[in-house]
Amino acid sequence: MPAGTLYRGREGMWSWVAHRVTGVLIFFFLFVHVLDTALVRVSPEAYDEVVATYKTPIVALLEYGLVAAILFHALNGLRVIAVDFWSKGPRYQKQMLWTVVGIWVVLMAGSLYPVLGHAARELFGS
Amino acid sequence: MSADTTSSAAIGPVEGAVYDVDNPAPYIEAPRKRTGKTPKATRGNFEMAAWLFMRLSGVVLVVLVLGHLLIQLFLDGGVSKIGFAFVAGRWASPFWQVWDLLMLWLAMLHGANGLRTVINDYAERANTRLWLKGLLYTATVFTILLGTLVIFTFDPNIR
Repeated sequence: MPAGTLYRGREGMWSWVAHRVTGVLIFFFLFVHVLDTALVRVSPEAYDEVVATYKTPIVALLEYGLVAAILFHALNGLRVIAVDFWSKGPRYQKQMLWTVVGIWVVLMAGSLYPVLGHAARELFGS
Repeated sequence: MSADTTSSAAIGPVEGAVYDVDNPAPYIEAPRKRTGKTPKATRGNFEMAAWLFMRLSGVVLVVLVLGHLLIQLFLDGGVSKIGFAFVAGRWASPFWQVWDLLMLWLAMLHGANGLRTVINDYAERANTRLWLKGLLYTATVFTILLGTLVIFTFDPNIR
């Protein structure tokens, strides 16, 4: 392969990749989530039994990952809208991406205790 | 940099020799111009409508989904409180029924259109695209109908 011709992009390309990956992951979770919720039409016991798996520490970690994916997809989606519809959007797309990443980091730090607190208490005792 | 690149000398002898006023170059249609030969499938504005839908539904979903996450995973003990009784309590209110119904439809259509784009981008064979999109649309219609049915027929006294 000739050197220096492989496009590796920059902020714009990598945010696009992350938007795709998080979008696909969220969509696959959505299928599972509608199916598990549909169990309320089977019986309260069936629903509660499946929801119990959502309360285990390992799945709590997956829920933290779900929050991470949704928050990035939501914030970056608003950035995409700004790039498309705001006249100065394309000029500030990099600054807006780093703003998105900054807000995301703050919200993820704030989500640690609410989302993972119960799992930590179960694993390490209260 | 040489000044030659901006002068008329940049036009090579071949281009200059073959076509002139008496022997004009053949007319080439603009790439996106719609003509009588354009396949019917590409004449509408479906792709633009889909593009616009992603942005409009996206804004609404930011509110609906983040509100949903806040209630289910963050407030009042997070995921620990969720159970049949919690669902029954929330769906006793038409407000949350409409919230969840709207979220279901918008999220499924938003996600399905996103995955349609991904399939179009990465599945190179026409047959592969056909089958993957057939599977996608089947799963999407099934899930939307199932979720809608569950919201409308929910019975808190099922037992």
